[in-house]
Amino acid sequence: MKTIFNLIVALAIALSFSMANAEETINGAGATFPYPVYSAWAFDYHKVTGAKLNYQSIGSGGGQRQITERTVDFGASDDPLTPDKLKKDNLLQFPAVIGGVVPVANLDGVQPGQLKLDSDTLCRMFLGEIKYWDDEKIKKMNSGLKLPHSEITVVHRSDGSGTTAIFTNYLAATCPGWKSKVGEGKAVKWPVGIGGKGNEGVANYVKRTMNSIGYVEFAYAKQNKLDYTQMKNRAGNFVEPSFDTFEDAADSGDFDAKKDFHTWLNNTPGKTAWPIAGATFILLAKDKKDSNMKTVKFFDWSFRNGDTTAKNLVYVPLPKSLKDKVRAYWKANGIY
Amino acid sequence: MARTAKKNPIDNTFSVITAIASFSVVLLIIGILIVLVRESSLAIEKFGVINFLTSTDWNPVTSSFGAATTIFGTFVTTVISLFIAIPVAIGIAIFVTEIAPDFLKGPIGVAIELLAAIPSIIYGMWGLFTLAPLMAKYVEPALQKTIGHVPIVGMLFQGTPMGIDLFTASVILSIMIIPFTASISRDSFNLTPSVVKESAYAIGATKWEVVKNVVLPYSKLGVFGGIALSLGRALGETMAVAFVLGNNHQITSSLFSAAATITVSLANEFTEADTDIYLSSLYYLALVLFVMSFITLAIAKFFLLKAERKYSR
Repeated sequence: MKTIFNLIVALAIALSFSMANAEETINGAGATFPYPVYSAWAFDYHKVTGAKLNYQSIGSGGGQRQITERTVDFGASDDPLTPDKLKKDNLLQFPAVIGGVVPVANLDGVQPGQLKLDSDTLCRMFLGEIKYWDDEKIKKMNSGLKLPHSEITVVHRSDGSGTTAIFTNYLAATCPGWKSKVGEGKAVKWPVGIGGKGNEGVANYVKRTMNSIGYVEFAYAKQNKLDYTQMKNRAGNFVEPSFDTFEDAADSGDFDAKKDFHTWLNNTPGKTAWPIAGATFILLAKDKKDSNMKTVKFFDWSFRNGDTTAKNLVYVPLPKSLKDKVRAYWKANGIY
Repeated sequence: MARTAKKNPIDNTFSVITAIASFSVVLLIIGILIVLVRESSLAIEKFGVINFLTSTDWNPVTSSFGAATTIFGTFVTTVISLFIAIPVAIGIAIFVTEIAPDFLKGPIGVAIELLAAIPSIIYGMWGLFTLAPLMAKYVEPALQKTIGHVPIVGMLFQGTPMGIDLFTASVILSIMIIPFTASISRDSFNLTPSVVKESAYAIGATKWEVVKNVVLPYSKLGVFGGIALSLGRALGETMAVAFVLGNNHQITSSLFSAAATITVSLANEFTEADTDIYLSSLYYLALVLFVMSFITLAIAKFFLLKAERKYSR
């Protein structure tokens, strides 16, 4: 009996503690892609301030829906909402972290970073118009490489995802054939290829299938040691995916506070900018000032102290100029 | 009324609680059905019933949705998995009930039931990382070289074997449903009266003849019930196939090409469905599956009831 009594007391104490902390909890929901970095930031933030972040990675669509219905303090989305849509639902939006998408291939004798591609070639491969690796178009850009006369196996995502949204937005923006035949979105009707579930699925298929090409989040290309490609950017230079080239993409991106930062980082004009990237966004309810202050405090702290954490997890932190723009946006809306 | 009032109060409470428990399940099912219909109403309005069921288009970009490809995938994976699982499961059941020595019966029975206890996500990961490469490298090329050359049937085995296809998905599914079919068949076989079996042996029948002419006819209906239950399971299985099917919305003649089932589409596309009509169409797919499963289980129940009635006589 006594142990049961003790247990009840302990439970009551624990509960009252969590009740006391309840007002210090920030509830968020949305995109799965930034989940690891948000929770790492939240862990550090909790150690310093005692405030908790409860983030549920239910997907961007769910994040948008939850914040529209005001059931969470903030929503997170991999694709930016248009200013019109934000106005309709009375929402605010700002970028939190940058993600890059990297084409990866599996070719015998080709090392990571050796293969060079441009948007038109990549687009035609994914349309099924370029069928073999020794196609003239590919050969012209890769004179030093020995490319086999083998069929190209295209690997894409089978699930709806922000990665696909960035990738198809890039193809649609740079290749007219893609826009009219396939279009852009988190899930599209792929003309050719096989589908892998999640970044890990695509990485796995590419790794295993000779003469294949796919696209994954930068972190997966790095961790799986896949043969990432160089891409020709808008300035006409071939660039490798790296923190520097992503940052240049973010720097030269068209982030405008007046448009609630609605933009993709595809084909930005920076000299060394990686051409396929995008920010992931935070959505706030305009009418919930108190909870917005809490959320903004958390992201402000993370912008100041979280860059190393983000880089360790292979996320690209926002460049300083963009952070300042975001802070000005908060101030203008009276939540900073 | 007077009689119930006199009953022990504890007894009364107990009856009420059990009644609430049972009715809550019925309410839950009705609730799910109502939600599915309500959420899919937008898609039902836009695409209709016949048009949705027969359209092979599934294009989120143009917001044009049809269920034919996923119904095809669901149907094909289910049929092939049953095709593989039924002979194996019945073989297991016969071995365990009639042939195995007593000291083997326990361990084998437990091992089969353990198969049913493995979470399906494990089957999925195992399928992706272990089974799919093996299929692509050894099994599928071997099938192509042999059966692939047979006319008509060979059509099923065309294309480059990638390991991510209807065939691999069906093999995983069959492994998952073997335990159900096997244990229900075993229980049905055990219901055969030993007097009848012993009489058959007494007049000189061999083991094969006893199984074929006595045990199987006796337990036919129970086995059918078990198969139908497995069918229900195969229809609704999600995570195990989601990893190895590719979610390509297409109808193909080759088992070596990627496809999509209803559950696979739901698992892959639900989280990021951003437009209302997209989400509503996914709910509509779920409603279609709900109806399909309901019909299958109704048939299963029918066979099992019939079997029970026969044995109780």
